Order: sequence, then structure tokens, then C-alpha cells
Amino acid sequence: MSVRVGEAADALPFPQAAHRLLRNVQLRRNVRHATDVIRNKRGKVVAEMPDWQQLRDAGYAIKEHTLRNLGRYLAQFEEACTRAGGKVHWARDADEANRIIVSIIESHQENEVIKVKTMTSDETRLNAALEAAGITPYETDLADLIVQLGDDKPSHIVVPALHRNRMEIRQIFREKMNLPGLGDRPEDLTNAARQYLREKFLRVRVGVSGANFAIAETGSICVVESEGNGRMCVSLPRVLISLVGIEKVVPTFQDLEVFLQLLPRSATGERMNPYNSIWTGVTEGDGPEEFHVVLLDNGRSGILANEKTSDTLDCIRCGACLNACPVYRQTGGHAYGSVYGGPIGAILTPQLQDMKHSQSLPYASSLCGACYEVCPVKINIPEILIDLRAEVVENGDAPLSERLMMRAAAYALESAGHLALAQKLGRIGQLPFVHNGNIRRLPGMLGGWTDVRDLAPIPRESFREWWRKREKSAR
Amino acid sequence: MRISLFIACYNDTLFPETGKAVVRVLERLGHTVEFPMAQTCCGQMHYNTGYQREAFPMMKQFLEVFRDAEIICVPSASCVAMMREHYPKMAQATGEAELAKLVEEILPRVFEFSELLVDKLGITDVGAFYPHTVTLHTSCHSLRSLQVGDKPVRLLRSVRGLQLIELPENDQCCGFGGTFAVKNAEVSAAMLCDKVRCVLETQAEICTAGDNSCLMHIGGALSRERTGVKCIHLAEILASTQSGEQP
Repeated sequence: MSVRVGEAADALPFPQAAHRLLRNVQLRRNVRHATDVIRNKRGKVVAEMPDWQQLRDAGYAIKEHTLRNLGRYLAQFEEACTRAGGKVHWARDADEANRIIVSIIESHQENEVIKVKTMTSDETRLNAALEAAGITPYETDLADLIVQLGDDKPSHIVVPALHRNRMEIRQIFREKMNLPGLGDRPEDLTNAARQYLREKFLRVRVGVSGANFAIAETGSICVVESEGNGRMCVSLPRVLISLVGIEKVVPTFQDLEVFLQLLPRSATGERMNPYNSIWTGVTEGDGPEEFHVVLLDNGRSGILANEKTSDTLDCIRCGACLNACPVYRQTGGHAYGSVYGGPIGAILTPQLQDMKHSQSLPYASSLCGACYEVCPVKINIPEILIDLRAEVVENGDAPLSERLMMRAAAYALESAGHLALAQKLGRIGQLPFVHNGNIRRLPGMLGGWTDVRDLAPIPRESFREWWRKREKSAR
Repeated sequence: MRISLFIACYNDTLFPETGKAVVRVLERLGHTVEFPMAQTCCGQMHYNTGYQREAFPMMKQFLEVFRDAEIICVPSASCVAMMREHYPKMAQATGEAELAKLVEEILPRVFEFSELLVDKLGITDVGAFYPHTVTLHTSCHSLRSLQVGDKPVRLLRSVRGLQLIELPENDQCCGFGGTFAVKNAEVSAAMLCDKVRCVLETQAEICTAGDNSCLMHIGGALSRERTGVKCIHLAEILASTQSGEQP
């Protein structure tokens, strides 16, 4: 089994990726503007909810209960979905999921699919697998379309083209849709996308979706969206395939009452999503004639087995933590080298795939706690980041210089005697670096600090020395 | 009241003036301050960077040293956050029931400096005089973990001569984050630039906080850029008086 999270295995470590992105003025401006707008909208619609904290508690409780009984609920989902005329497939990893989807499409001799926004398919790199099999995927979510046409990567789990502004989008549409005279008003751009997509909606006979929720009780799939393009994809084609991470299951239809309040407010700052599609199996004369669900593990059961970090699977992919994160705000999502960026990506990616490909991610956080504060299902992301850091260290993968410094510091802090000695040594050791009462340059790892910051030297007398003197003179 | 001071290792080493200021304020208010010399560190740097194994002895050391303390004053919100957020489960993880019980007993006696003054001692006017314009940076740990709310603001508003100017975007992290500032130095610097911009916007002379860690970071850039704005711990402002007496 090989777990893959998009192209994350080949990605640059976070600091190097950030180094590049921090120089992209346009991208940083776009990311900042977009996250500010969503964050403010979210703040307003959350503030108007008197029971927001109770809703968060409920969301967490439902997720926890479900994950603890995941096997049971997945079996219940399969049974209900099958009874309603759907066909359920189980995929251990990305390749197996892609193979299943390709073979369904091939069995109908089709060579095109229209896609609802699904990050899970980016995780499995479904589009590349489809193309390799001679099948053309059309992304129909406006942002995903921009990413696809621009040969780009998603930078946000809810707003994948958040790093692009209107002018850049116009340029992509002009080139890829062959519309040289395209204007730059929002109406111009959406109209171009509409013309481009409507034709696909009417022609293509296979749809692929993800899922926001899979309801065990009824075997239904729920997808929420803003554009209605998703609704087209799940209702017009003859064949519909939904790729669903196993953690997306909720026990009952009524549970949506909690999540459909939490999700839109957290994700886009809306009270309700404009389109909430829920479908169950197949219905003669209404919608797809054939419906498949591919339940994807791809590392999820491994996360579930780790008690310290399994809350990661509670995530409902609202993206609120990305918008709230001061690190994401500077770099955007591409720095995380994964389809899942931001704080949730920093804990999800290293757990989904072999840690060695993504061990810089747990450190891509100042642990400010803004992510935890906004998380609608109360995932304690900072705590999980810390536990993942501990795994990196335990695996012996932390840099040697860091390990030595940490060991030295641990020795110094072991007893008051050691600390007092370290303070004395520090005062001597710093002498070559102190100029005019200021440290402007330090070697090695600490150079990152002095690149942009001065450092006041260690003062002549520590607090404990002062205290000891004071006690003596008082006696 | 008998108050034991946990100064925090970096304050002890780099910011002794903060410790002296805490002593001065508390003694001025008529309390007895004790400084157990055996103290070292809460273990936060190691714990948060992934060196959990190294952090355990530090926690045990802290618990041992302060087990009989009546009240523990910590002029560092992030150390208090470390204790409140991580000590209980760290103690659990050791499997030593006594240790877990000790943590449970000690934690209610641990107060961050502004918490101690406002909540425990019930005072906001500590008789300070500080004729400067000041802006307050609320550290992430004081904002989100401790939820100190307006305690530091109330303390500052009671200081004679002090003009407090609100810091824009005060819920944004300054980018310090302990070893984050070194391991992700460039992103940390980008976050710091935003914070410096906000501080300069206020045109305050002084930027204060309850955490010298943030202040070392923000102050380092303010110094590098020759802005003339200084960073001073909240305790040092509260320790200042008309007579200018030294602790």
C-alpha cells in the first residue's frame, strides 16, 4: 500500500518553499486580501450565534462518537447505500481508488468526466490517473477550473484559487478558453466560465464528486457548494461516482443539523450554503441511473489508531484554520507542498503519508492557537503539532545542530547550579558577538534570528545573582 | 501574602529587570516575595519543539521546588500556558498518580503576573507613574490560553501619566513562537514585519506585554530598524513610580 497526498512526497521542505513564496508580492497580496475578507465574514456570522460554542461541542462529540465506531457506521452506510441502489467500493489507497474509478468509466466506454470540487481527488491525484487512461476530467468548480486551466495547484482547501486575483484569472481564461477580448469584470469572467462549463454539463455523461458528509443511516451523500455547478454534476450525468474519505461518515440525517450550521459559517462566512445537495442511491427517471461510492482509506485508519493525534480526522474541511493562520497568511497554501495546506494540512499530511516526506510541516506554526480557536469541531491543532514534532525527534530526524543545542539546554536547565554556570559561560561566550552593547550577528542556526533582529546581550547580573546579593545584604 | 516567584529561565538570564520589577511591585503592595533558588525552567521550549523527554525532568523540578508555595507568580504567560495546558497530561503520561495529584494541587496556585494582581490580589492601581505613550501587545498565550482579557489594560489604565494606545490587529501573532523564529526564520520575520508596522502605526514610545519572549522578538526588530520604540515588560511599567526609586 502506498499512501499519497497529491505530490507531497516530492515537495520542498516548508522553510525552503516559504523562502520562494515570500518573494511573490502578488501572491502574498492576494492571499492576505482573500483570507482577511473570509475571516471577517466568518467573525460576523459566528458572533451572531448565541450557541456557537455548544454547536462546536456537538460537532466534536458527533465526530468522536462516529470515529470510535467507524467500522459499524461504514458498514451501515454500505448497506443503506446498496439498498438504495448505489454500489459501494472500498479503496485502501489512492491507486486503488483511482483504478476503481477509471474502470467504472471505462466500463461505460466514456472518455470524459465532469467533476464537483473534491480535495480528496486531488489527494489521490485522480486527474492524472484519468488522463493516463485517456479520460479527460473537467473541473467545474470555478476555482478548481482556474487551477486546472492554469496548470496550477490548489492553495486552499475551500478556495483553491485564492492565490489568484481577477487579472490573473482573466489572463488564464483568455489563453485557455481562447477569448482574447475577455473583459475583467466579475460578470465577464463568470460568464466565460458559464459558457465553457454549460456545454460540458450537457454533453458529459459521467460525474465525479467528493462528499462533505456520508450519512450512515440513509446511505446518502451530502455536498455543499456556492455555485450550483456541483448540483449540475450530481444530477445531469448518467453515471455518478463519489469519492469519499472514510472519515466523512456521520451516523444520522439529523446530525447534519449541527454540521450544516458549523460548516458554511466557518468556511465562507455564510449562514447557509447556496446549494446543499443530498442524494440517496438512484431514483428512476430522476438523476443518474448508476451511482457508485468509493470509500477511501489512504492512511486514515492509521491516523485513527494513534490516540494522541486521531482528532485530526474530525476535520470537516472548512478551511477556517487556514484563514486564521498567521503563517498561512504570509505564504499561502503552496508552501505546505500538499493539497492540504495551512494548520490542518500541517497535521494531516505528515500523518497521511510517511512522515519522512513532510517532517518540516509540524514546525510550520508559531503555535499561536488561532486555528484551534476557530475550528468548528475543536481540533486542538497546536497540541497535535507538538505531538508530531515529538515523533520527528523520537525518530531521530531532527537536525543534529538542533539536537545538540537542545541537549545542551536541557543540561543547563537540569539544576540551578547548571543554570547559573550556563549563564556565566553565556556571558563570556557572547563577547565576540557584542558590539556597542548589541548583538547584530550570530552564527549557525541562530543567524536566522539576527538576520532581521538585534539581540540584547546577556546582562552582567542574572536575576538569581541579584537576589542572592540582596538576601545577603538583608541579613 | 507570601508569594513565590517563578521567574522563568529566560527572564532570569536575559531580563533580570523584569524580575526585580515584580519583586518591587509586590513588596510595595505589602507582600512577602520568595525566590526558591532551586528553580530553573518550565520545560516549554523543549516540549514545544518535540523534546518531550527532556521536558519531564523540568516539570518535576518545578513541582518539587514549588510544592509548598502558597501562591506562585510567573511574569510570563507562555510558561503559565505550558503548565496549564501540558502538565496535567504530562503527569498522567508518567503513570505516577502522585505526580498527577501534585499538578492538580499546584496549578490553582499558579498565577501569571497580571492575573495575580487583578484576580488574586484584587488590585488594578498599583501606584505606578509612567509618563509615556504605551501600546500593549497581547501575546497569543495570554490571549488564547490564559484568556487574560482586559487585565493588563486595566492595570495600565491605572498608571498615572501613561497614555495607552490600542495596538491594531492585536489578535495576530508576532511570529516569535519559540524555536519557530529560528526554524522558520523567514516566515517569522514576515509576521514580525506586520507586527512592527502595527506598533509604529500607534506612534507609541513603548511597546509592552506580559511576555518578554514576544518583546525580545518585536524589540529586536524595532532596535534593528532604529525606530526608537522600546519594549518593556508590563511589570517594569507597573514598578515605576514618581520618585523613580530603583528596586
